Order: sequence, then C-alpha cells, then structure tokens
Amino acid sequence: MAPHVSAAEEAFERRKSGIGIRMTLIYSVIYAGFVVLSVFRPSWMGGRALLGLNLAIAYGLGLILVAIIFALVYNQLCRVPSSGSPRAAQSATGPDTGKQGG
Amino acid sequence: MAIAVFVIFVLLVLAVSTHAGRRARSVGGYFVANSSIHWGVNGVAFAGGYLSVASFLGIAGLIAFFGYDGFLYSIGFLAGWIVALFVIAEPMKRMGTFTFPDALNRNFSHPGIQLAAGLSVLVVSLFYLVPQMVGAGVLVEPLLGIPHFWGVIIVGSVVIVLVAGGGMTSTTYVQFFNGGLLLVFATVLTVAVLARGISPADRLVEEGAGGPESYRYQEVAVELDGNDVRADLPGARTVGRHAIVDSNTGAESVVFYRVSRLLPASADGDGGYTAEIKGRTPYFETGTAEQRGWEIEQIDGESFVRIEDWWRLMPSAGGADRLLETQYRAVQPDGSVLVNGAPAGAANRLRQMGGVSQIPEEYGEATGPVGPLRLLSVLSDRSTVVQRPKTAVFSTEAGERVTIHYQEPTEGAEFMRPGLMFPLEAREGEPAVTTLLNRLNFISLMLALFLGTSALPHILIRYYTVPSAAAARKSTIVAIAGIGLFYVLTMYLGVGALTGGALNPETSNMSAPLLARSFGEVLFAVISGIAFTTVLATVSGLIMAASGAVAHDLMGNILRREFSDKAKVLSGRLVAVVVGVVGIVLGISFRGMNVSFMVGWAFAVAASANLPALLFMLFWKKTTAQGIIASILVGIVSAVGLILLSPDMWARYGLDPAGAPMPINQPGIVSIPLSLIVLVAVSLATAGKGEKSEAPAAIP
Repeated sequence: MAPHVSAAEEAFERRKSGIGIRMTLIYSVIYAGFVVLSVFRPSWMGGRALLGLNLAIAYGLGLILVAIIFALVYNQLCRVPSSGSPRAAQSATGPDTGKQGG
Repeated sequence: MAIAVFVIFVLLVLAVSTHAGRRARSVGGYFVANSSIHWGVNGVAFAGGYLSVASFLGIAGLIAFFGYDGFLYSIGFLAGWIVALFVIAEPMKRMGTFTFPDALNRNFSHPGIQLAAGLSVLVVSLFYLVPQMVGAGVLVEPLLGIPHFWGVIIVGSVVIVLVAGGGMTSTTYVQFFNGGLLLVFATVLTVAVLARGISPADRLVEEGAGGPESYRYQEVAVELDGNDVRADLPGARTVGRHAIVDSNTGAESVVFYRVSRLLPASADGDGGYTAEIKGRTPYFETGTAEQRGWEIEQIDGESFVRIEDWWRLMPSAGGADRLLETQYRAVQPDGSVLVNGAPAGAANRLRQMGGVSQIPEEYGEATGPVGPLRLLSVLSDRSTVVQRPKTAVFSTEAGERVTIHYQEPTEGAEFMRPGLMFPLEAREGEPAVTTLLNRLNFISLMLALFLGTSALPHILIRYYTVPSAAAARKSTIVAIAGIGLFYVLTMYLGVGALTGGALNPETSNMSAPLLARSFGEVLFAVISGIAFTTVLATVSGLIMAASGAVAHDLMGNILRREFSDKAKVLSGRLVAVVVGVVGIVLGISFRGMNVSFMVGWAFAVAASANLPALLFMLFWKKTTAQGIIASILVGIVSAVGLILLSPDMWARYGLDPAGAPMPINQPGIVSIPLSLIVLVAVSLATAGKGEKSEAPAAIP
C-alpha cells in the first residue's frame, strides 16, 4: 500500500508529473519531426541549415542539446519551494538541495 | 603497452570487487548498494553503464562506415532518456525496493506480475549481453593478439568475479570509473581529430600521420577490350571478373577484375621467396603446381613471383579508365587462406582503409586544425569526397570464397545525411513495397530506441541505489548531460576514424581504437583499456539486473516460499555466474555482427515487454494485474519471435533473407503497439474480476 502523503505533497507530485508529461510530449513531437523528415524528405536533410551545418546535423545535434536543456529546466521546476513547502514533501521525495547520503 | 593497461584495469576491477564484497553481504548491500550512492556518482555510473560498447565502438564504427546513419543511433539512444527522466525515474524509486518488478507490483501484490517482469528482465538482459560480449572479443583480439573466443571468455570471467563478489557496490564504482574515463578520453580524441583537421588520405600516408597500418592504394591506367582489360602492371593479364548487379535495375554497379601480375621476389635462403605487396612481405614457398607451391619466373636475371589480385574498374566517360587497388581475402577449397594474392599470416594481413580524396578548393591541400562545427561543415560539403570501405562476397567457379574490400568514393553531402545504411529514398527501379519496408524498418528502430531506454533493466535497477526520489531524478539529469556530451563526441570519433584512414575493413567495431592508434600507441593502449572497462561496466550492470530478477522476483514466486536474506544473496551470486557463462557462449556464437545493430534489438524487446506496463501502471486507473502480465508476455514473445523471423536472422541461419517471414529487421513497430493493445484489452476484460490499481500510481 502507498504510504500516507499530505495533500500539499500530493499536489506537488501531481504538478511535477504534469510538467514531466508535457515536456515528454513536446520532445516527442520534435523527435517525431526529425524521424518524419528523415523518412519522407531525406533530401531536405542535406540542405544547409545554420552555422554552415546541414539540416541533418543541425537537427540531430539540436535534439541532443534540447534534451540536456529540458532536463535542467525540469530539475529547476521540480525544486521544492523554499517557503510554504511541507516538510512531508522533503521526507518523501528526499532533500532536493542538500547533500545525499553515501 | 596495451597489455599492461589491460592488466592494470583488470587488477583495479578485482580490487574494487574485493573491497565492495565486504559491503555486499546483506540483501540491500548486494542488490542495491544499501541505497546509499550519492546522486552525482550514480549519474556518472548511469552514463558508464549505459554507454556500452554499442555506443563507444559500435556507433563510432557505423558513423565511419555509413556516415550520418550511425549518428541516428546516438540521437535515439539519448532521446530515450527524456522518457526515463520525466516519466519513470521518480515513481520507480518511490514504488520499488530492490527491482523494477517490485515497483510494477506495488499496487497489485500479484505473484504473476513479479514472475512475468522477472522473466522480462532476464530476456532483455541476455539480448543486451550478447553484443557486449561480441564487442569484448572484437576488442581483445587485436589488443592481446588472442582469438575472439578467448577475449569473450576473459571478459566474461572478470565480470563474473566482479558481480558475484561485490554486487551492486562494485558494479556502481566500475561504472562510475568507466563513465568518467569515457567522457575524458572521448574529449581528448575529439580534440586530436580537430587539431589534425582533414587531409587527403594520400597525404596522411606520406606524412606517416595515418598510423602504422595506413596505406596508399594504387590506381593504374587500363585499356578495356570487351570483358578483358590490359592493366599497366608488370606481366599483367586478366584471369577473372566479378560484377555487383543492382537488384532493381539489373545493371552492373561495380566491376572487379582479377589480374595476374608479377612481383619482384627475393630468395630468402630457405628455398622460398619473399615479395613486397601493400608494404607487407609474405613468404612464398616454392614448388610445383601439384604441391601448391608458387612458381618463380626468372626475367633478365631477376626473380619474380606471379600473384593474382582483384582490382576495381573505374570507367571514365573521357576514356581514361582506371583500375583501383582493392584488398581481398580468399578461402581456397582446401581451406588455405590468401590475402591480397599471397599466403595469409602475421607477415601478410589486410591494411586499413578509408580516407578523404577531395576537400573544397578553398582549403588547398589540407584544412589544418578546425573547429568542431567547421569540421562537420567541410565534411558535408558537396565538393568533399570520402572513401568508404565496402565489401563484396562471392564464390568463384573454382570454389574459392572471395571477400573483396574496396573503397567507394562518396560525396560528403551524401555521407553526412541519412540514407547510406537506411535507404529511405526510393531508388531507381526499386519496387514501392521495398521502399515502404525500408522506411518502416527505420521508423521501427527509432521508436524502439526512444521507448526502450527507460525500460532497460540495468538502467531501472540504478534508481534503487540512491536514497530518495529526488536523488533518482538528479542522477538521471547528470546522466543525460554526460551521455548527451558523449554522443556528440561519437560523431567526431566516427568521422575522425574515416578521415584518418584508420578503418579495419573487416570490422567497423574497431574504428575508435584504431583512430586512437593513428595518434600513437599510448592513446591506443588507453582507449583500448577504456573500451574494456566499458564492456565490464555494462555487462556487470546487466548481470546484476538478471541476478536480482532471479533471486528476488522469480525464485520465491516459482518455489512458493520465502527465502532468507542469506539465501537470496547466495542465489544472486550463483545466478551471476550462470548468466555470465551463458553470455560467454552467446558472445562467441554471434561474432561478426555490429554491436549497435544488435543493441537495437535489445531496445525493441525492452520497449515492447516493459514500457507499456510501466506507463499504464503509472497513468491508467483501469490497469489490472492480468493486463500487465499479458502485456509483458506478449511483448517478449512478439519482439523475440519477430527478431527470430527477421531477414538478418534468416541470413544467420544460412537461408535467403528475402524469404524471411518478417520482412523488416526491427520488430518495435509491431511488438510495441501489440503489447499496448493487449494490456488495454485484457485490463478492460478483467476489470472488477481481480486485482486492479488503486490509483494512478505515479503518485503513490
């Protein structure tokens, strides 16, 4: 059975979950765009895009870069608010800013 | 030196294992390192475990041989971490204790889930294990000069000691060590590639900058006379011809001629002769034709040996046709082997291939040091021409099995966009159904890579080695940053190996270490050592996952009794030994396949068996235990079944790939939706009849 969680903690977790799903969907669309272009318009991928790179390289490197940026943004959005944060949230999800054990 | 680095790495790994073994006596200590690993260490360990030989050796090799298509694996492998971070990481940590089946079963307490998920972990681990072991053999063969199967056995044995002795703690620190080394030395190699810039291959060979195994391939003038050629080579005459026929148009796309010619030979005082061919000096034993000896001709007091080798015809519209030198290996009907027309052996091996034959005029003879974007820009230019190694295999009428390695001039613009490995554009005369299948194969692979990462067992177990859900999230972010950086670097490792002419034509997997060798033996030894720890890191994670699945999820449920902690740890160690041995056997059997390609299959099995169950358990209230069990089992059976019926496996069985029941190699596009549909259908059919999720379990 799930452990007891406070309403504030539950709301916080729901918010995080919602952000995660939305960011996954956005990234999925960008990724799907890449796959669709590669499959149906491969000649476009050879055309110049930016910084002297062709579209294939620019889009591919962009997908990697966007993943890293999304990860950092998500971490920032998931930090436990400094005020009004329930202690229970800290104990259930682990301290977000402090040092971990080990 | 390479051997010394190899031995040092083995001793370090064994020392870590011995030390960690002291902390691995309890169940928590053995299976999840007491959940006490710092998120930063765990993040780098994530990277070290995930960046397998498929990433390090496989992708670099695919990029070197097929250009941009190899990089597609990098993109897919990294993109999958988005699902892992945003959807899977924190719920997995909150809901599980030791293994991912724990989390899956959290709201159901159904032994069937634990059984099915445990089985899935075992199957996926084995699928992932095979390419790692193949990579181990590929690596150790040139590094230690021992046969492939000994390489697999040595690596497998070290991993067994590591995992059975030190459990998750030693696995974590070996992965951490590996992740750090990979990032640092991939950066070092990339900087070296950028500093060298792009020079035409001939210039690299002349300056000795292509490494000890590089070679300047000759081209000679030739006169065509029907199917005969008169090559400008001493004593040359045509003795054979082979053409590669385009299956769509029926036209001859590549033509090879077998040319008999004379090579100056020197008596070695032992009754035999040596002659120089491609910078090698093979030994020719003399004798009559019946004795299969080599005939020596005397011309003007000089000795010559007559050899036969294969050349590629390069027709020219202007009439200046040429023959380009190739390399070949031929197995004679009596089992003896010739390399480039002379007896094979330590003194006569294949040379490295690859290189650039033309760069944009504005750069003159060579680019000199370039920045990271400029390098890619030059390579993708229309006026750049790269020389890609390709292979043609056929049998002659005399029963000789010939493998020709030749260089294919390829425009940079074509090399640096999708299409060389995955032919996505409709080609002249190609049936529409073939184009459609090629496209489906590609979509299927990219789908499996995106959805498979977060469902890999050796990734899922790492969520339990940290103390909290927040630590699981943060370590995933560290992993994404490290892995993302590494995958950007793979592009430079791959193109650097090609532009440096550092490719072994027989295996794409050696491209990164050979690139390192082109910069010196020290870097080669270090990179080879790191590649070895890469195998150890990934394989130990996989064996650890399999060990946990059997000891924690399968054993108790199958035998229907509770085991003591001591018994679980003991059985975990025993399973590690058994899975390690199975991995060794499979690694030897699958020699010769590209490791990244095989890893694509493991992703498909993981995505089909585990991901629908994980996602629906987290986000769909109506999910039932029966739905999860059915989805996992259908996912495993359909993905594995479709792989076994695929064209590539058909070729492996010695059958015609065109006759394979499954027309594409990648199963994900069928098995993932099938697993998902089964989950929904069975859940709806069993709703209210048995256990079901109490709530969307993302928030337990």
